[in-house]
Amino acid sequence: MNDTTQKRNTMEIVKANLAKRYAREQRFRAYGIAAISLGMMFLLMLFISIIGNGYGAFMQTYVKLDIEFTADRIDPEGTRTEDALSAGNYGGLVKDSLKRMFPNVKKRTPKKQLYGLASSGAAYQLRKMVMDNPDLIGTTQSIWVTADDDVDMLVKGHIDRTLPEADRRMNDSQISWIERLEKEGRIEKRFNITFFTAGDSREPELAGIWGAAVGSIYTLLVTLALSFPIGVATAVYLEEFAPCNKWTDIIEVNINNLAAVPSIVFGLLGLAVFINFFGLPRSAPVVGGLVLTLMTLPTIIIASRAALKSVPPSIREAALGVGASKMQTITHHVLPLAMPGMLTGTIIGMAQALGETAPLLMIGMVAFIVDIPGGAFDPSTVLPVQIYLWADSPERAFVEKTSAAIMVLLGFLIMMNAIAVILRKRFERRW
Amino acid sequence: MQATFLLIVLLALSAVGYYLGHHRSLAVSGGRISHLHSLPTYYGFYTVLWCGIPALVLFALWMALQGTLITHLVISGLPADIQALPSTELHLFLNNIQNMVSGNIVSGDITETMNNAAAHYKSLHSISGLLLTVLMLVLAIGGILWARKNIVPERRARNIVEKTVTVMLVLCSTVAIFTTLGIILSVLFESIRFFQQVPITDFIFGVNWSPQTAMREDQVGSSGAFGAIPLFVGTMLISMIAMTVAVPIGLMAAIYLSEYASSTVRAIAKPLLEILAGIPTVVYGFFAALTVAPFIRDLGDSVGLQVASESALAAGLVMGIMIIPFVSSLSDDVINAVPQSLRDGAYGLGATRSETIRQVIIPAALPGIVGGVLLAVSRAIGETMIVVMAAGLASNLTMNPLEAVTTVTVQIVTLLTGDQEFDSAKTLAAFALGLMLFTVTLVLNIIALSFVRKYREQYE
Repeated sequence: MNDTTQKRNTMEIVKANLAKRYAREQRFRAYGIAAISLGMMFLLMLFISIIGNGYGAFMQTYVKLDIEFTADRIDPEGTRTEDALSAGNYGGLVKDSLKRMFPNVKKRTPKKQLYGLASSGAAYQLRKMVMDNPDLIGTTQSIWVTADDDVDMLVKGHIDRTLPEADRRMNDSQISWIERLEKEGRIEKRFNITFFTAGDSREPELAGIWGAAVGSIYTLLVTLALSFPIGVATAVYLEEFAPCNKWTDIIEVNINNLAAVPSIVFGLLGLAVFINFFGLPRSAPVVGGLVLTLMTLPTIIIASRAALKSVPPSIREAALGVGASKMQTITHHVLPLAMPGMLTGTIIGMAQALGETAPLLMIGMVAFIVDIPGGAFDPSTVLPVQIYLWADSPERAFVEKTSAAIMVLLGFLIMMNAIAVILRKRFERRW
Repeated sequence: MQATFLLIVLLALSAVGYYLGHHRSLAVSGGRISHLHSLPTYYGFYTVLWCGIPALVLFALWMALQGTLITHLVISGLPADIQALPSTELHLFLNNIQNMVSGNIVSGDITETMNNAAAHYKSLHSISGLLLTVLMLVLAIGGILWARKNIVPERRARNIVEKTVTVMLVLCSTVAIFTTLGIILSVLFESIRFFQQVPITDFIFGVNWSPQTAMREDQVGSSGAFGAIPLFVGTMLISMIAMTVAVPIGLMAAIYLSEYASSTVRAIAKPLLEILAGIPTVVYGFFAALTVAPFIRDLGDSVGLQVASESALAAGLVMGIMIIPFVSSLSDDVINAVPQSLRDGAYGLGATRSETIRQVIIPAALPGIVGGVLLAVSRAIGETMIVVMAAGLASNLTMNPLEAVTTVTVQIVTLLTGDQEFDSAKTLAAFALGLMLFTVTLVLNIIALSFVRKYREQYE
């Protein structure tokens, strides 16, 4: 009797609490879903913010000007030699053309603003045209030239025309000129080739990522050439040859710790050792490559060791059994089987290296470099550092460029990671 | 580009060496390979080793020492009055000469001595290049010939090749040690020089940070105070904000993914979360400075709070987002490593899933989770680009997340980018900060890794 009441009581207690417990269960589950959704939301916000800011940079505004190639401006002495042609006053041609279009602009400041509608790159464009074809002198041509970055921003709608004049970057008369040009069909947005072919520039409309991209390529080539062989060799030694002793232990602890050392410390190492001690050139991809090699080595070693571990011992035993030496077993059988895993690790390490900025700031790759680097010893910058430099620039147009450069960088990273995933999927073997 | 060219030539010579060695071994075998000790390919590699290694060693030594040696020779060739200049001016002079040689813009007037020195420099450079080319070619070709002469059927080429490769493997594995050693030595030496100028107690316990040292006696506002407390506090503040964002979100995401999610959800959500870890930090920095910081400032304005445009909150929040996948994947690993039997036991007693997780799985996985969180903290402390782009530059001793603070990494970057001389306390301070950063993260990592290792051993 007593026993059954006790039992009922327990059941009752359990049942009474059940609703509360289930509610708590639901709540806990909701927290989990909320956490994941928050993570996704951050990712989405990041991408939206970058793409929303950056897609515009792939287009660039051009202005059509009627350029009169007067001999007075280009080559007053009429010698037509290359030197004389290259020294011509092409900026003057652009100014003449704008003056003819807007004859009422008289005062100094408005004139300066008027001439500022076309980019300073327009003069170089005209010079190149004349140098290629000196017969242009004396003719009048309608030519599309790059517009100034402020014009570009206005046309793309980043400068609000309804704001009071004092709060705007462009005054009313400037806007009225542009509106007239727009009405005459003299303003057009085209695909921005300059962005993909030019080096850095102080003028946003002339700045491009190609210089930084080439710097990145050289840096990554140096990194790959050093870190892949060294990483694989280290992994092979530790996994296949190393005796179990203190020394091996020290190496292993070292590698694990290096993987977690802040990247900027590697920059300090590069500055003190490679630049100050060995006297290697500053800002050169070769130094960047060396620093990034040391930084990515742990990643590659850890991935390569995992790949070697996943090769079953039976394969080694079979090879040894038919008389192969240990080295032959490894080079002929173990390494080819572990290669996909090692390559995956290497690609991920390279992706890390491609996105790394902080250590490269330390070794002087932040310099303003206009030229496209011609080799691993030339001063250059890399894509992420270019992004950092542009992000610091005050011009509104550079916000767009920065976001676009980020999109290019992310594109490369996604591509590399996709290759790694495909490699893993395609060659993954379960023994 | 001479260097690249030389390496390509060496590669070509090695290929020729392989062919010659291979060929030679067949010739000495008299047509019967079984007479040879090793397979013919090993004789090829044997020749390659003789051709490549001495030349490569010479190349590396030359490259490492050439710069210093030439500078030394140029200095000793200068007139006595210039040699007597203080080292900074001498350095400037040498820089100008190098600029002249590479055709860059030279600061100041070009004097006769400079022209002479530049010519001297140039001639030494070309002599050195020529000498290196000749010596490398001699070594490479000599190596091939020597090896070729040594190829006889009894030569144990395989053993020699394998032994050499093993030695190379051992050498490669020491790179990690040398890296650590290099970090410690480079940071330590400069720090010691810094502490000779600024007492270590001032550095660690001082509350004023203003690294501009006065160049003149009467200069205003350049007191040169090197008290690092404001930097440590700023770093801690931003890391704490980051961890309050990352730990709950990362941990809950890991729990959901490993305990609740179906395999399809897991297969989609996990890689998506991990994208966050693959995004370069400079992108996060830009995101923080361009989107998050103005958003927080406007939000603060709308409720009447004064928020700095480079607030610690913005930098910390974005850093937290960056660290979420770090926390979640490490926690995911440890939660998955908790044996199924513990779960089954809890379910058998009638516990709900969340009760099992909270009262059985989390306590069991706690050491591993703590280890993961510590690793995440060390990552937050060492993170550079986000704070460089979104946190302040001026030191500010405060715990208010709405104000601008600066961090250790920001100061390292600002002290070391731009023009610098290598003896001023200002540049050396960066290395002292680097030493602090390295020590703290190292200690955190060692503790974290030992936690994780202990935890693994417990269940494996």
